[in-house]
Amino acid sequence: MSTVKTHKHAFHFDSADHEYESSKQGVWLFMVTEVLMFGALLMGYMIFKVTMPETARAGAEYLSWQFGAFNTVVLLFSSLTMALGIYYIRLDKRKAAQISLGLTLLCGLIFMCVKYIEYTSKISHGLLPGAMFTNANETVNLPLYFSFYYCLTGLHGLHVLIGMGLIAWIMIRIGKGHYGSNHWTGVEGVGIFWHLVDLVWIYLFPLLYLVE
Amino acid sequence: MSEHHEHHLMSFKTHINVFVALIVLTVVTVLLSSKFGLVDFGKAGLLVALLIATAKAAIVMGWFMHLKYDGMMNRVIFLSSFFFLVLFIFFCLLDILTRINPRL
Repeated sequence: MSTVKTHKHAFHFDSADHEYESSKQGVWLFMVTEVLMFGALLMGYMIFKVTMPETARAGAEYLSWQFGAFNTVVLLFSSLTMALGIYYIRLDKRKAAQISLGLTLLCGLIFMCVKYIEYTSKISHGLLPGAMFTNANETVNLPLYFSFYYCLTGLHGLHVLIGMGLIAWIMIRIGKGHYGSNHWTGVEGVGIFWHLVDLVWIYLFPLLYLVE
Repeated sequence: MSEHHEHHLMSFKTHINVFVALIVLTVVTVLLSSKFGLVDFGKAGLLVALLIATAKAAIVMGWFMHLKYDGMMNRVIFLSSFFFLVLFIFFCLLDILTRINPRL
């Protein structure tokens, strides 16, 4: 491992602290748009649930809450290791930070594997969104349930994949000595994004898998 | 980095405590759900699940996202999204629920 490079802040910032605070504020503004995007989708799903409770119940029977609960624990653990990654990099423990982030990446992978198992079993039964629905179940509007299901979990899954890519990038940069106790902006920004992915799942899990 | 002020560093033990609290709340939300039938909340089940989820979200935001130790500006920015979300949800539900049940 190379030694930690001293971070030189970009010319348009007064100081490294100014750069750190501005970057972080940008990430928070981005998170606002994420909350509003997922919030609108969840609202649509809740309206669907309230107006067509029978359809929502029929659709939810195809979901296994055990898979959902397992994935919840995996994501919560990944949030812990992500936060510990930031903790270690701020103490200049780069190896420990990389191991923590590696565990986060592994959790993301486990999450997506479970998602793959869930999706393939549904697809093989023709439980697809909208017009692609070919299952024999004739509950009124059931294809709409799966439109919501795939939109919500699919968009969330896409965020997990993007988050995994960002974590891998951060791990490489730590290896190159770009981050340490004097500069950890990137690690913190990716951390905030990863926790938001966790935040969305915290709402998705009970709303999709538990509530009848 | 700390030319102007020190950035707060949360201890290892706090990280673990936060994680344990989140797992406990996850177990609670599963046990209180209709899957186990320990308690029957009926239609309020959705509300109970949302309340527990919000408690978990608050813990993640406060500690894991370091919002508890962050500046007031970032707190206001992020929490403003929830303010607008609540406005959105409130008026949508007002409309939809009074259509389903005009007596409301």
